[in-house]
Amino acid sequence: MALPKYTEPHYRIWHYTYLFICACVFFFLIAPLFVIFPLSFNAEEFLVFSEGMKNLDPDAFSLRWYKDMIYGTKNPWGLAAKNSFIIAIFATLGSVILGTVAALGLSSRHMPFKGLIMATLISPMIVPLIISGVAIFFFMAKAGLAASHTGIVLAHIILGTPFVVITVTATLSGFDHSVTRAASSLGSDPVNTFMKITLPLILPGVISGGLFAFVTSFDEVVVVLFLAGLENTTIPIQMWTGLREQLSPTILAVATCLIILSTLILVTAELLRRRSERLRGINR
Amino acid sequence: MSSETQKILTTDGIPLEVSLKKAERKNKIKAFLLVTPLLLFLLITYIFPIGDMLMRSIDDKMVTKMLPKTFKAMETWDGKELPPEEVFEAFYFDYKKLIEEKTFGKLSTQLNYTKNGFKSILKKLQRKMKKFEDGNYKEQIMEVHSRWANVEYWRAIKERAPNYTSAKYLKGIDMYKNEDGKIVSVAEDRRVHRILWVRTLEVAFFVTVLCFLMGYPIAHLLATLPMKYSNLLMICVLLPFWTSLLVRTASWMILLQQQGIVNDFFVMIGLVSDDARPEMMYNKTGTYVAMTQILLPFMVLPLYSVMKTISPSLMRAGKSLGGTPFIAFWKVYFPLTIPGIGAGCLLVFILAIGYYITPALVGGASGTLISNQIAFHMKSTLDWSFASAMGLMLLSGVLAIYWVYNKLVGVDNIKLG
Repeated sequence: MALPKYTEPHYRIWHYTYLFICACVFFFLIAPLFVIFPLSFNAEEFLVFSEGMKNLDPDAFSLRWYKDMIYGTKNPWGLAAKNSFIIAIFATLGSVILGTVAALGLSSRHMPFKGLIMATLISPMIVPLIISGVAIFFFMAKAGLAASHTGIVLAHIILGTPFVVITVTATLSGFDHSVTRAASSLGSDPVNTFMKITLPLILPGVISGGLFAFVTSFDEVVVVLFLAGLENTTIPIQMWTGLREQLSPTILAVATCLIILSTLILVTAELLRRRSERLRGINR
Repeated sequence: MSSETQKILTTDGIPLEVSLKKAERKNKIKAFLLVTPLLLFLLITYIFPIGDMLMRSIDDKMVTKMLPKTFKAMETWDGKELPPEEVFEAFYFDYKKLIEEKTFGKLSTQLNYTKNGFKSILKKLQRKMKKFEDGNYKEQIMEVHSRWANVEYWRAIKERAPNYTSAKYLKGIDMYKNEDGKIVSVAEDRRVHRILWVRTLEVAFFVTVLCFLMGYPIAHLLATLPMKYSNLLMICVLLPFWTSLLVRTASWMILLQQQGIVNDFFVMIGLVSDDARPEMMYNKTGTYVAMTQILLPFMVLPLYSVMKTISPSLMRAGKSLGGTPFIAFWKVYFPLTIPGIGAGCLLVFILAIGYYITPALVGGASGTLISNQIAFHMKSTLDWSFASAMGLMLLSGVLAIYWVYNKLVGVDNIKLG
């Protein structure tokens, strides 16, 4: 942002101060993530930069913690990763199906009690997680689903649907309903219309809602803490236990992998958002 | 129009009005049917269990079920002097049954909540009861311990007679019903919960303020920079947003530890000496720093989406009409961003007030919040009804804020990413 030549000096000073403040805040936001990268390649057991690392000595770096993550004794991470992915995938599928169908109903002009129902559907997002955790635990304990994959998947569907409902309703708000009417007038039945016309058009919204649901499930620890047994351990649970007991560099290796995963998800979500904006003609 | 006017008919001969109403109703039902699966699912697995929490928090049948005969005998006792022999006898048989069923531990925990000192005398009674002779139980029980001859302990038992109680809620704000039925505060040095409530509100408030102070400038920068730069900088906001909460907390644990980089930096610039590195983790500082960074994206994103809609020509107009840049900002730009400020602040506040993971990991003893207390009672003391009561108190606070949020911004306007 170049300043015009006629800018007064005190305003000029203020402007650069402002840019400096912004730079500091951006640094504060992003820098903590980058501490993890170098430390995860530490050859030593401590979570501080060793003298060797500061001098960029190649011997001070190693892949030992990544090896430990994959081949380590007792290795909880393999099982945790498997569980996390299975749970997240099923929870995402469930959230996307239930959420999209509900969003279709919600964005209809004819929907009765819209406000109340919308508030109910997105309540899991508003209610503090700890309370959701307690409530869901009571239900799962009664239903005999505590300490089972099914229970955790159901819990994550509860937590994930609000995101799908919100993103899909937002996409549908720019949706031209005359195309579905055109399809119906040409003799297509509602299911066919949905699959061939509506779904392809709202797909970006559905996928980005699905991504939110996936991340929510993949990152969720509070509710799982109440529900999980030893067999259902997930990556967040393992990290939580590790961080509480002893901070080992293996956790940093896992964290690095998670940051890479979230970068991939971020890129996908951004591309989808732009595509969706293009499709809806909000291109600026 | 006169009544003779012919009604418009459809081709089937039905009045158009009727036919239209029918079609509308059909559409209504269709829309509702689409929402039904999710609505039912949430009602069963989520909304009703929250109602169940409410029942649990006021349910006090446990003691009533354990001492059925005693409460029956106590019905005629006025509570002024020591209860008559029948009550003692009923209590003896109830307690004997509990010992046989090996569930008397629960009773002592429960009664100890009502009045301290029950645990030891119940234990002593359990040991002595084996040698009890039939008849005259009043004398025999009173012999066991002087507290059994104290009318206050019997009143405490009678207090547990009703099936429903507000005791857990009162306990949540460090109050209780005393012997006269008045609601009073517990002794000054035992008011743990009030401290937690105040601390939770305080942390949530200051985190919101910090997020606002840091989020406003960068949201403004993002909204005013040309697209190609702002997209790049947006990554700085979105990457933390998408990164696992535990990863971000872990990185703060590394940064803030005593031999960590932040302390190294402070030593390097000479702010503190090497042997007096401040403790920045396991206290409130850690909670503040980590929570602010974690919640900052939730402030920036709503602010950004509002600022993006404000035309830059408004500021130029303000300046051209004689306002200094500061006045133009304060009188023109700032008021226009208020919806975004409201949305961001309420979102951050709602999230902060129920935070659990980060305070539990970096908060230590002085940085834990109300959620940690709820989790503690769920997992350690297993006092689920107390955990439910605390949870519902927290929930009602959040719902009140949410209601305000809904009035100001509208739930439908929540934007993600």
